[in-house]
Amino acid sequence: MAYALQQLINGVTLGMIYGLIAVGYTMVYGIIGMINFAHGDVFMIGAFLSLISLTLLSVLGLSSVPLALALTLVFAAGIAALYGWTIERVAYRPLRGSFRLAPLISAIGMSIVLQNFAQVSQGARVKPIAPLIPGGIQLMNVEGFAVQLSWMQIVIVVTTLAVLGVFTYLVSATPLGRSMRACEQDQKMAGLLGIDTDKTISLTFVIGAALAAVAGLMFLLYYGVIDFFIGFVAGVKAFTAAVLGGIGSLPGAVLGGLAIGLIETFWSAYFSVQYKDVAAFSILVIVLIFLPTGLLGRTDVEKV
Amino acid sequence: MSGPLLKLSGVTAFYGAIQALKGVDLEVAPGEIVTLIGANGAGKSTLMMTICGSPHARHGQILYDGRDITALPTHEIMHMGLAQSPEGRRIFGRMTVHENLLMGAQVVAMRNYAATRDLVFTLFPRLKERLAQRGGTLSGGEQQMLAIGRALMSQPRLLLLDEPSLGLAPLVVRQIFGAIRQLNRETGLTVLLVEQNAFQALRLAHRGYVLVNGAVTMAGSGAELLARPEIRAAYLEGGH
Ligand SMILES: Nc1ncnc2c1ncn2[C@@H]1O[C@H](COP(=O)(O)OP(=O)(O)O)[C@@H](O)[C@H]1O
Ligand SMILES: [Mg+2]
Repeated sequence: MAYALQQLINGVTLGMIYGLIAVGYTMVYGIIGMINFAHGDVFMIGAFLSLISLTLLSVLGLSSVPLALALTLVFAAGIAALYGWTIERVAYRPLRGSFRLAPLISAIGMSIVLQNFAQVSQGARVKPIAPLIPGGIQLMNVEGFAVQLSWMQIVIVVTTLAVLGVFTYLVSATPLGRSMRACEQDQKMAGLLGIDTDKTISLTFVIGAALAAVAGLMFLLYYGVIDFFIGFVAGVKAFTAAVLGGIGSLPGAVLGGLAIGLIETFWSAYFSVQYKDVAAFSILVIVLIFLPTGLLGRTDVEKV
Repeated sequence: MSGPLLKLSGVTAFYGAIQALKGVDLEVAPGEIVTLIGANGAGKSTLMMTICGSPHARHGQILYDGRDITALPTHEIMHMGLAQSPEGRRIFGRMTVHENLLMGAQVVAMRNYAATRDLVFTLFPRLKERLAQRGGTLSGGEQQMLAIGRALMSQPRLLLLDEPSLGLAPLVVRQIFGAIRQLNRETGLTVLLVEQNAFQALRLAHRGYVLVNGAVTMAGSGAELLARPEIRAAYLEGGH
């Protein structure tokens, strides 16, 4: 029981990170109908940017951890946003209106470019970071097994919820969010209402990349180590989360992320750590077979 | 001096290799209701969309309020005081009626929003009752009212209406045509109206154009066109 509770806590923390990445997949899919395979690598870049920022700030002698984290979050999200914007401009926009597979191939190419870039510029070895927020609270102690909720986990969950809250407000209640949803539903009509659809698509990539960078920072804090390859594995899992939740659905992405995080954690705890990734990918296959529209996916056909 | 609000000269438009417009000349003066009639596939919707820059005209020139808009991107054109209620209505089905109206108002200052919305509600009281409902769940007639209402939210000087009566019950059609007439009389709104329902359109409009295979074949006042035997034969017999 205590052991399961601990897994639940760990699973939710991990799931939040996947959810943040999944939102980027689902947004881009919603608006231009393509899977942005480079998105996982933007997450990886975000993690490296966070590492660089935290290291720099500590070298500069900044001792306040909350301030360092806040600055890092802004820095990583800002630079990653620039990556997102550039990727769309360079690799996807020129191919819009081309055959359907073209942007997909370009996305895979972009993913490889980003991985190689990180590998060359940051080195291939695993990069560690000293734990920033040690300690935590002990929730209960059953027969010698202590259920821990670390401060780090609290920071991750709270930050993620806050970022998702801001993002949800943006999408549901602001003119920009409405423009994004309009472009998603009918780009031609959005244009007829004076929406600059190219700009709206750019902003979608920018926002998705910023969220991925936040996820990168959280990942770095949680695991304490990163390398140039984390974007691939986490990216495929977050993509699975987006599909599980129903691709195109924002709440679905978060829900799917939580589901994947929980499944992976419980699988590792009760079955085998080695096969945790297999478990996650098996889910992808099963979902695609039995629930092609996902948990919150749209099945309704609208009358137009 | 007041020239035409909209002036097309020699406009052609293509979809790939298919030529949909073959040198169209057309004028709409401020305060006019002009109708464009023609058979299915004549190029009416293409003409409406070409005015809005999607697709762009390949040859010729489109002047709006004296300014050349031929090569401008769609979103810029739609900031200049034109609005279109397009063929098929194109309501945002997963947005509420309220959000659809907000989308229409995106190009104008929010402080005018309430007043413009009240005007739309006076024309189409049904929309007020349906404000929180999703666009996709409205009836066809309600969707058409919403499409026109959404276009009006941008407070246009020129309203482009593409087949607003398509598939609607006669009572609803009368209400929509009534609203167009009322807007034109009371606010001086200029309207370019595409219709298959030629009889009602020609009775409503000051002038009309007949489009055949992407080219204008006839033009004249509504009454003149209604009186022409070839129009009666092609577009009115068997109609309403
Ligand atoms: N998106 C498109 N792609 C290719 N051809 C099109 C497209 N839209 C319309 N057409 C063609 O252009 C011609 C004019 O169509 P349209 O403007 O829709 O006519 P109307 O509105 O008068 O019925 C038709 O032959 C139609 O098949
Ligand atoms: Mg048409």
